[in-house]
Amino acid sequence: MNEPDSAHGAVSVDAITLSAELAGEADAVASADVAEYALWLGDDALVLAQQLGWWISRAPELEEDVALGNIGLDLIGHARSLLRYAGTATGRTEDDLAYWRDEPEFRSAWLFEQPNGDFAHTIARQLIASVYLVELYSRLRASQDATLAAIAAKAVKEVDYHRDHATQWTLRLALGTEESRRRMTLALADLWPYVDELFVDEPLVDRLEGVAVRPSTIRPAFDAVIDSVLAEAELVRPAGFIAAGGGRVGRHFSTLGYILAEMQVLARQHPGASW
Amino acid sequence: MSTPGQSPAEPWPLWEVFVRAGRGLSHVHVGSLHAPDAEMAVRNARDVYTRRNEGVSVWVVPADAITTSDPDAKGAWFESPAGKNYRHASYYTASEGVKHL
Repeated sequence: MNEPDSAHGAVSVDAITLSAELAGEADAVASADVAEYALWLGDDALVLAQQLGWWISRAPELEEDVALGNIGLDLIGHARSLLRYAGTATGRTEDDLAYWRDEPEFRSAWLFEQPNGDFAHTIARQLIASVYLVELYSRLRASQDATLAAIAAKAVKEVDYHRDHATQWTLRLALGTEESRRRMTLALADLWPYVDELFVDEPLVDRLEGVAVRPSTIRPAFDAVIDSVLAEAELVRPAGFIAAGGGRVGRHFSTLGYILAEMQVLARQHPGASW
Repeated sequence: MSTPGQSPAEPWPLWEVFVRAGRGLSHVHVGSLHAPDAEMAVRNARDVYTRRNEGVSVWVVPADAITTSDPDAKGAWFESPAGKNYRHASYYTASEGVKHL
């Protein structure tokens, strides 16, 4: 390369301090309820990021490795900000919360715990997740809690891109070959039972009026976006079986234990290690 | 006609990527990638080539839409100007009395 600096700007890795990447006010302390809500959102992002990481080196193309990796890293960023904030309520760090909680202490919804499956399943999960997250974060920007609002303002631009990525692939798989359409249709049917849990108003939401986004209020917007994507993809919104859910109260899908085992094993074998 | 980069093992065609680093600068070729179509190509380009704040605009061009000079003809094409300094304006001394030169 004749011009090593021209393509990558002036950023050097040494200059990046990880704490500076966290959104929100550094000295704000979350109440117990706000911390619980931050765990909902942070655990959704963390579990999904961990799952997307599996695709690196396994996606259909190198370019898609990078795309899914980028999306995973964006989600890690959201999880870090949210878990750091949640930890301020109990004096724990983001790493304490990510690596040292067990399954019943996680608050992720079942959608995010669904297996990667084939590429179509991952895309169907991404479509549902990102359409939900765009509606959620765009409203959370108006939260009375300044830290949650700041995290949401940063995250919404990123999940907007995730939604575009998932939409483009949904269209291509659904309108591609007979096989890709079969897989996309199956994937959507397999993931759909986990949609309803995202929009359940837990008692916590009543206590956080004006701070949290009431999940049921974003369902109409979610449905409208999903319906327009499905119409363009010539797919039908699945109906039928609805999963029990329960992630917000610590009851999880059978996959979460395996996901956490892989994510936490290194930190637990070498407590306090850094590199 | 086969598309560059396309093979039974690699069904996606090749795209050349151009990134504009900032306002007032031109798009610069930064590399290439595979993508099934133009819309996905520009997204892949965003993911692969603008992860570190490199750009404000991205172009993708199908690689087979670019006609290139023959690398083997480098001598005939590009070395002949060597020694022809008179093709540079600075080769000439301005004549006395010619103003505004």
